[in-house]
Order: sequence, then C-alpha cells, then structure tokens
Amino acid sequence: MDKFSYVNATSLKQVTSLLSDSGWGEVMMIAGGTDLLSELKEYIETPKTLINLKTLPGMDSITADASGLKIGALATVADIAMHPTIQHHYTVLAQAAASVATPQIRNVGTLGGNLCQRPRCWYYRDETVNCLKKGGDICYAIDGLSKYHAIFGGDPVYIVHPSDIAPALIALNASLRIAGPEGEKTLKVEEFFTLPAANPFRENVLEPNEIVVEVQVPQPKPDTKSFYLKAREKGAPDFALASVAGVFEMMGKTCQAANVVLGGVAPAPWRSAEAETALTGKMINEAVSMNAGAEAVKDAEPMNDNAYKVTLAQNLISRTAMMAVS
Amino acid sequence: MASWGEASQSRLIGKRIARLSGKDKVTGKAKYTFDINRPEMLYGRILRSEVAHANVTDLDLTRAEALPGVKAVIPLTEVGRKLRYQGQEIAAVAAETDDIAKDALRLIYVELEELPFVVTEADAMAEGAPQIRDDWKGNQSNPGINEDGDVDAAFSEAAVTVEATYHTPVQTHVCLETHGHVVEWTDENNLTVWASTQAVFGVRNDLARRFELPANQVRVITEHMGGGFGSKFNAGVEGLAAVRLSRMTERPVKLMLTRKAEHLVAGNRPSMTQHVKAGATRDGRLIAYDMRGYGTGGISSGAGFNAPYVYHVPNRRTERFNVAVNAGNQRAMRAPGHPQGAFAMDSLMDELAEKLGMNPLEFRRINDSSEVRQAQYTLGAQEIGWHRRNNVPGSGTGVKKRGMGVGSGLWGGGGGRGTQARVTINADGTVEAVTGTQDIGTGIRTVIAIIVAEELGLAPTDISVKVGDSGPGLPSGGSGGSQTTASVAPVIKTAAAAAKQKLFEHVAPLLQAPVDDLRIGTGKIYVASDRTKTVTWKQATGQLGQESISEGGNWDQELRQGGVAGTQFAEVEVDTQTGHVKVLKIVAVQDCGLAINRLTTESQINGGVIMGLGQALLEERIMDPQTGRMLNANLEDYKVPGTFEIPEIKSIVFDTHRKVTGVGEPPCIPTLGAIANAVHNAIGVRIRELPITPDKILTALAEKKA
Ligand code: SF4
Repeated sequence: MDKFSYVNATSLKQVTSLLSDSGWGEVMMIAGGTDLLSELKEYIETPKTLINLKTLPGMDSITADASGLKIGALATVADIAMHPTIQHHYTVLAQAAASVATPQIRNVGTLGGNLCQRPRCWYYRDETVNCLKKGGDICYAIDGLSKYHAIFGGDPVYIVHPSDIAPALIALNASLRIAGPEGEKTLKVEEFFTLPAANPFRENVLEPNEIVVEVQVPQPKPDTKSFYLKAREKGAPDFALASVAGVFEMMGKTCQAANVVLGGVAPAPWRSAEAETALTGKMINEAVSMNAGAEAVKDAEPMNDNAYKVTLAQNLISRTAMMAVS
Repeated sequence: MASWGEASQSRLIGKRIARLSGKDKVTGKAKYTFDINRPEMLYGRILRSEVAHANVTDLDLTRAEALPGVKAVIPLTEVGRKLRYQGQEIAAVAAETDDIAKDALRLIYVELEELPFVVTEADAMAEGAPQIRDDWKGNQSNPGINEDGDVDAAFSEAAVTVEATYHTPVQTHVCLETHGHVVEWTDENNLTVWASTQAVFGVRNDLARRFELPANQVRVITEHMGGGFGSKFNAGVEGLAAVRLSRMTERPVKLMLTRKAEHLVAGNRPSMTQHVKAGATRDGRLIAYDMRGYGTGGISSGAGFNAPYVYHVPNRRTERFNVAVNAGNQRAMRAPGHPQGAFAMDSLMDELAEKLGMNPLEFRRINDSSEVRQAQYTLGAQEIGWHRRNNVPGSGTGVKKRGMGVGSGLWGGGGGRGTQARVTINADGTVEAVTGTQDIGTGIRTVIAIIVAEELGLAPTDISVKVGDSGPGLPSGGSGGSQTTASVAPVIKTAAAAAKQKLFEHVAPLLQAPVDDLRIGTGKIYVASDRTKTVTWKQATGQLGQESISEGGNWDQELRQGGVAGTQFAEVEVDTQTGHVKVLKIVAVQDCGLAINRLTTESQINGGVIMGLGQALLEERIMDPQTGRMLNANLEDYKVPGTFEIPEIKSIVFDTHRKVTGVGEPPCIPTLGAIANAVHNAIGVRIRELPITPDKILTALAEKKA
C-alpha cells in the first residue's frame, strides 16, 4: 500500500470537515478495516489520509426498547449477531450478521463498514484491470466470467452488492442516520443503496464528505417471523451466491405483510415487490411460496455464467416463505 | 533376514503415537522458514508480469535502486525476452523492510509489447489461435497413441457402451506456507539457506551447482515445513534470486512468495479432458475402451493422466496430448495424474453399471483383479452402509437428497536407496537419530523416534530426532512419490540395531553373558537365558565412559514394499434447491503395509481425503480469456475446504503386510470419483466436470426437468 497519514477521529464534526473538499479517495475512513485494508494492499484505493473512526466515542452502542433498535455504525458484526434482543425480535438481522465471513472478521468488522463495503468483483479487485467501475471503458463481466455477477439491475456495471446485513435491514424497514458538514439526515436503508444506472462508480448515495452514524430499526409486530438464508459455495468464509432476507407478519398461516429482499443478485440489495405481493394476504403453502419465488425472478436477466442464480433466488424465496409456516 | 517382527511383539510400532512436534506446532513454537529472522536481514520481493504474453521492450531499475532502504535490484528477464504467462519474473529487490521492497517494485520501469495470448484450452485449440509455442502445431503436442487388443472388435461385442466427456480443471497446490527461503552467506564461500522445501539435499545440490560451490559449503535447513504437495523440490527462481541478492548485499535475505504468486507460478495439477467411449458385456465385463484426451500444464508439457485406471480393460486405445496455454507451469502434485484419471474412470464405471442395470460395486468386483481392493470393497461397503444407497439414482424424496458412491486408486510408495542415517547413544543415556530427510508435515520425525525407541526399549520422546538439515552430511532423498517413510525407515532401523549391538558389547562383561544372549526390555537390558540378570538403560550406557556409540544404517530391501490399493466410499446430501453438496461421510480404506505410526497414518489419509474433496467440490484455477489473468489468485475465490466442508472421515488403515509402504499420495485419489458418483446416486444427474459446484447442480437439475 502507499503511504498515508493517519488521524484519530475525535468528533463527527472533525471527521466531516476532514472529509469535506477532498472528493473520493483522497481521505478515507477506517473502522474495522476488513475491506479497506485489502483494497489498500491491492492498490485499489490509495488515500492520502485515513481517519480512524474507532476513537469516536459511543458510536458502537446497541440499544433496544419497545420502539425499536438503535445500532451505532461502529458496532461490530459480531455484536449484532450475538445480541440477545436482536436474535429474538430481529432474527433476520442476527442471522445475516452471523453469516458474514469468519469470527475474526465479524469481531472487527463494523455495521457501517459492512454497509459501505466495496464490490468483490474479481475484475474490480485486480489493480491492473481498469474496468468501468474504476473509470475504464468496459465492464469485463459482460463478455468475461460472470458466475458471481448480477441477474438484476446491472447495466452498465454488473457487480453484486456483497453485504449480508443490508438486505436484512431493508426487510426490517430500517433507516440510517448520516452526518455531513451541514448536519445530519435520516433516510431509509433501502434508499441509501443505488443502482449503477444512477451512478456506476458508487454503490450508495453517500457523498464524499458524509458518514453513516447509526441504524434505526423499528420493532417488528409481535407475530412476525423473519429469516436470512444465504447460499454459498463454501461454508465460510464466503460471499453469497444469492441470499434472501424475509420478514413475514403472520396471522396463523396467513401472511399479513411480507418484506422480501435478495442479496448477491444485483448491484444493490434487491427488494422483490413481486414476491411480497404474491405472499401478502395469502395462506402460505407450497404452491403460494413457489409462485412467490417464480414471480420474483420473472424479470431476471442472467449473464453468460449465472443463469443458475435465477433458480437459486427463486428457490431461496420459496424456502424462506415456507419457513414462516413451519 | 531383517524384519519388523510380529505385531504382537511390537511395543510401539503400529500403535497410535502423538506427533512429537505437535505441541510446538499448536503453540506456535515451531519455526517455519517464514518465521526465520536473521540479524541484519533484508526482505526480498519479486516483480512479476501481470500480462499473459508480452515482449520486454524496456526495463529500467534505477528508480527502484534509488529508493532509500533499497539495497539491491536485479533483473530476472531482459529486453528482447518474452514473458509467457502472468506471474513470470521480471526483477527482484532486497530492501531494509518488506514495505520498502514492495514500494521499490512499483518503481521499476518495465515496458511491454503485449502479444496475443491464449489462457484456456478451448482458446488454445481454436482455429486460428495465436501460436504460443514454436515447436507445437496448434498449441498441441504430438499425441501419444497406445493400442492393446482389438478395440473395434470388442466394441462390436459389447452389450452396452457409454460415451462421455470428463473434465477436471487446473488445481493449484495452495501450500499454506508459500515457497521461499531465508538466505545467509556465513562467509564468502559458505551459504546457509532456510528453505521451505520437500528436498533439503535437492536444494543443497541445486544451489551448489548453480553457484559453483562445493556441496559441503551449502547448508540447507528445513526445521518445519508448511506444505509442498510436490511443488517444492528445488530452489526455484525465487531461491536463486534470494541467493544473488544476499551475495550482492552481503546481508541475509528473506524472500517468500506472495499468495498470488503461489497460485500463479508455484506449480499446479494440470487439467484433464477425456472423450471416452467404453463397452461392457451383458455379464459385466469391461472389454472395450477408446479415449482421446488432453490437458494443460501451462506453457510446459506434463499434463499426463492415467487412463484407463485401476480396472482391467483388455482392448484399449488411448490418444493423449498436451495443450499449451499462457499460464504458470504444472509441477508434480500429490499423486500426479491419478486423481483426474480416477474421477473419469470411476464415473465411467458407474455409467456403464447403470446401463447394465448392475450395482456399481458388483461391476467393479468383476473388473478389478486386485485381491486387496476386493477385500476393501467388502469392508468399505459395510462401513458406509452400502445397502442404504438408492437403487434407482435420484429416487430419494424431499428437498435434500442423499446418495452414495465408490471410487478406487492405486500407488507405489515403496521407497528406495539413498538415505544415510546415524543413531548415537551417549553415555548419559541420551539417544540421537540424525538423517537428512525432512518432515514436510507427514510425521517422519515421529516415525524415526518410534523405530529407534522400539529397537532400544525407550519411549519415542526419549529420542532426539534431527532431520531437515544438510549440515550433518547425511543425505536423504526428496519427500515425493510417497517414498519418505519407506526410504528412511529401513536405514533408521538398521542403524538403531547396529547401535544396540554395540551397546550390548559394552554391557556383556557387566552382565557376564555372551552378547547374543542379551535382549532389550523396556528401559533395560537383560540376559535371555537368565532373566534375573538385568541392567537399566542408564547403567548400561554408563559403561560407555567417555565414549559414545554412533552407528550408521543401510538400505534393506526386505523391510519395505511398494504397491498399494485404496477404495473410498462417500455419502453425500445434495440440497436440490440450492445445489449445495454436503459430504456426510467418507470411508477411506487404505492399503498401506506396515503403519509405523497408526495415528499419523490416519492423519495422512484424512488429509488426502480433504484434498480430494476440495478437488471434487471446490477447487479450480479460473483464467479469464479476455484479460489473460487468473481471476482467483487468492483464497477468497480459489476455494479450499474449510471446517464446514470436512465430513466425518473414517480412515481405515488396511494393513496387508509387515513391510513399510508410503501412503502420502494415494488417499487423495479415490475421493473424487466416490463423491461424483454419490452425487449422481443422490440426484440422478451426472456432473462430468469438476468441481461440482451449485451452479452445475442447479443447471443439471433444470435440464433434467425440462
Ligand atoms: S461488474 Fe463492475 S466491478 Fe466488475 S468488471 Fe464490471 S464494472 Fe468492473
């Protein structure tokens, strides 16, 4: 990695002012560093300054009450996975966190970092390949090897968003708080992520001088069931071939409301309104769940090597719906 | 005639004995080459080509040389030369810190004229493909053709035939400790090298020759070694570069490969593609076999594989050739040629059996002339519960379907001459065993201790074993071909026996008995004809006074034997919704002659099974035809088995005789076919291309449905 200066953060104000006019890449933030360090070592990023966020006080707390959950951006993935209230009331979130990487990475990786992590695309991660995402002319995945790439929402770049936690948060209707030089704002996690058509270079709406501070999750209704299913080639560590976060408000076997968000299939977590509609108000059974899966993938656009993901996403959705009634 | 004696008389040999270096390894006390640091040591790094094929048109090292902290920069190519694969060496640096070395690499100016390349076999063989080897037409070597019997006549006799194409991709060794050395010139003419190697003396001789040094002035040390699997037999480009850098700077240099370089240039198992047709008679005799196949060993040749394999076919025709691609070269890898061949053959056997409506195990029994394997089939089938398998493949109900399969293998492993060893008994009762072999993780250190301890009536922990050092000048061969134990054990045994004999001579007067009436007991020496007459070990060695006993050993053909058979059974569970294959259990029945240490023998079998499982389900070098790069030169996308992939492994040490035979390689062979066949038995579709990943399962299931 190239040399950089290292600044311990003292306040959000200081962080956002340090970030302010540098644009992308000059000044970067580091928390757990599990993604950033590998980018630095591979010269994918070459910042001049790193701001160490771990010295920010109080940003790693998790508080839960009747209104919901507040998780500081510096809470570790392991903290989330092992938090009893999250395991009990926000199961999908605990399961998603527990599926991340390895214990070592979960122990240092943070919530903020997990949401803001960069693509795993093998062309992106090779310093010497200048693909579209890095400002080059072509997305190599289109004519190249696309086994791990997108079946939804590609164009012009076909990465998949690697986060497990993001689909779970979206399925739970979570919001996040962002601080910038002008102050703070709150937006839905769902609105945080963007597709490449809007901006091929970034995966979310964060500006270069903004920082994710906290995630807020409303408490699910009492009869809610939620699950995170992640298909991968290897038990651990491995990113998702496809995953699904399903949150179902149940009355007996009837699904009152469903939130279904896919991971690993699109450049952003992919909410499936089709699957949600297919499940809402229905008695869940084999046929209904299969139909929901089929509805979810009917507009999928597989690439050369990833048609299997269509089947996989479909099956994962059916499976998670069936879990709500078993 | 020398022998290892009866099992009933062995106190230690054949028992389960904990690895002597185990504690050091788990506590981190064991020092690998990577852990060696010398005073004033510099760090070496190598700049490598990122492109698959290019002419070097300019190379300028001056900016790197000028970087403070850089002590030496050497070219490893030159202007006008060709780079023929990603990872090929361009230059090397030595610097005060590893970080400076890395920075220096980026200051080296190299100008390349990129050339057309081919990195996949398909591209290499395509019409009009760029020629990447002048000596091969169409990037293909001249085929080797063999024919036995009358193949055409046999096919016309066959009641059933199967025609299929099987493929295994390039697999890399993935040594957890990458290749590398720490090099130190102790003076102008004496070189000491800590090497991560499978051949201490091989590296010594290699370096001595290349640097024109007397062999006895090069000392190579490998105290502990983090995996070689056939890829670490000589100093390599990186070792030679380290020696040069050290010579120039007059400082020790550590130069270890990066993980990426390890994948790119440190060897691999070649790929294999077989188009094969085979026929059998109604009563299940395999009679006809016709195979055309190829593989790639990178820019070099060496992509051989065994076909047909294990089972007897009287009429056979084979044609095979190498395909050159712009990618790193193959090296020997654990049972070269066998696992690929076994996967194809065992898949083919099952396909034929299915056509015949025959139990695949019965079909094998008919065509397998090995008595050992016949017995193994019975034992393995019992252990796995073969009767539980689906009679109709894919007939299980539910989303997760189970199935069973079987696979076979064979190997040599009989050892050979070339080892020298000394066993020394000191007056204080301590015992040393020294030889120039190396413990590459297989437990030879413990094996040596067991043999000496058995001979001298001591405990293995009483024996100080010194291996992995050419310094004492007791050569031994490289650890390859499953030869180490079979080569070393006879020499150690005869050395220990000779030392014992010498000790008896010293003790005989004390016991007032003839030498040949003396025997070793546990911790003592006694008189066979009058057991009341004994001396303790310490009393006995006390007789030596100022002397020590130090005896060499000799090769004894009668103490070892080559040729092993192996069979494995797999039970898998396939999730038909996700395509995920979970291996539930492997029963590995491994013929191995005399297992000196049953525990480490089982470890060897476990390790082989895990490696075979990786090749069956996960591992593949992925080359990108667009950019010419390996896309998964890391451990994120090059997937090796982890904790979650490891099934229950029942390793059965199948002793067939009381002679030593190596088992390093054979246990990784039958696993692939056993798993592939089990997958077919579970879901009723056959995957003929490894690795069997979820995408292939889901695609095959979808095709079956359509
Ligand atoms: S998917 Fe994105 S990151 Fe990968 S090659 Fe295409 S543009 Fe680059």
